Amino acid sequence: MWKSTNDRYGRIARLLHWGMALLLIALFVTGWWATELGYYDPLYRVIPDLHRGLGVLAGALIVLRLAWLLVDRRPALNVSRRWERLAARLGHGLLYLLMVLVPISGYLMSTADGRGVDVFGLFELPALLSPSSGREEWAGRAHYLLAFGGAWLVVLHVAAALKHQFIDRDGTLRKMIG
Amino acid sequence: MRMTRPLIAFALAGSLFASNAMAAPETYEIDPTHSFINFSISHLGFSFLQGRFNDISGSFVYDADNPRANSITVEVKTASIDSNHAERDKHLRGKDFLNVDKYPTATFKTTSFEPKGEDGVLTGDLTLHGVTKPITIDVTFVGAGKDPWGGYRRGYSGKTTIKRSDWGISYNLGPAAETMDLYFVVEGVRK
Repeated sequence: MWKSTNDRYGRIARLLHWGMALLLIALFVTGWWATELGYYDPLYRVIPDLHRGLGVLAGALIVLRLAWLLVDRRPALNVSRRWERLAARLGHGLLYLLMVLVPISGYLMSTADGRGVDVFGLFELPALLSPSSGREEWAGRAHYLLAFGGAWLVVLHVAAALKHQFIDRDGTLRKMIG
Repeated sequence: MRMTRPLIAFALAGSLFASNAMAAPETYEIDPTHSFINFSISHLGFSFLQGRFNDISGSFVYDADNPRANSITVEVKTASIDSNHAERDKHLRGKDFLNVDKYPTATFKTTSFEPKGEDGVLTGDLTLHGVTKPITIDVTFVGAGKDPWGGYRRGYSGKTTIKRSDWGISYNLGPAAETMDLYFVVEGVRK
C-alpha cells in the first residue's frame, strides 16, 4: 500500500517518516559535534560538511512530506477527547513547522556571505539572497534555538507514541510499523 | 607706499600669532571610512589569514611643539570582525575567540609616544577580551593637509605583533598562529 488508510500509514509516508527520523538524529548529533570540534581534529571539516549536506537532504525531504500530505490522507487519531485531538494536531503542526524553519535558518547562516552550500561534494545549493553582514549571527541563533526546540518536540512525540502504545495499549505503533 | 611698512609689520605679527595658534595641540576625529584595523595570522604555517574590524571610532591629538604629547584613543566593536567568511566570523565572535557578547569592545589608549621625526613609537594599553596589556606600535606618518572638501586631514600607518594568549585568546590554531600581526591605517579630520 503506497497510500495511507484510516488504520495505517502507507509506504511513502513511512519512508518519509523513518528517513526523517534517522536524519534528525544524525543532524542533531553532527550539529552539536560540529560546535565542539578542535581545530586539529581530523573531523574538523568532515562533520560540518556532513551536517550541511544532511541538512539540505532534510530540507528536501520535508518539502516532499508536505507535498505528499496534500495527496495522501492521514490515519484516524487514536484519541477522542477534544484537547487530545488539539494537542496532537498542534504537536504535529509544530514539528512540521520546525522541520521547515531549522533548515532555512541553517541555510541563511551558511549563505550570509553569498557563498553557496556544498552538498556532499556533488553539487552546490546556491546562495539565493544577497550577502548580508551579520545575518550569520541572528540566523545562527535562530538555528540553535529552533533545533533544540525541535529536539524537545521529537522527545515529546516519541513519549506520546510510547504512552499510547504501552499505557493506553491502543496499537498506535502499528500505524507506522509492520 | 608709506602704508606698506606698518602693513608688513601687521602682517608679520599676524602670521606669528597664527603660527603660534597652529602649534597648539590639534585634535583629530578618526574618519572610520578611511581608517582600517587589519590583522594577519598564519594559517598552519602555509599562508596568512587576513581580516579586519569594520567598526572603529576614536580621536587623536597632534602637538607639533611637544610631539611627546601626541596620543590616540581608539574603540573597536569586536563584533565587526570580518575575515571574508560568515561562518568563520561567527566562530571568531564566539566563546572560542573574541566572546563579543561578553566583551563587545576593544580599546587602545596611549600611555606614551616616542617621536622619531614625524614618525614614532606609540605605547599604550590594549584592552581586548577583558584583558588590558601594554603594546608598542611602530607608527609611520603618511601625510597631512587640506582635503578637497574644506577639511584638514592627517594620517598614519602602524604595525605591531601581539601574542593572542596574552589576552586570553588561546584556542589552538597551531604553533605558527600563536602571534598575529596588526596593521593600522588611521586618518583623522581636524576638529
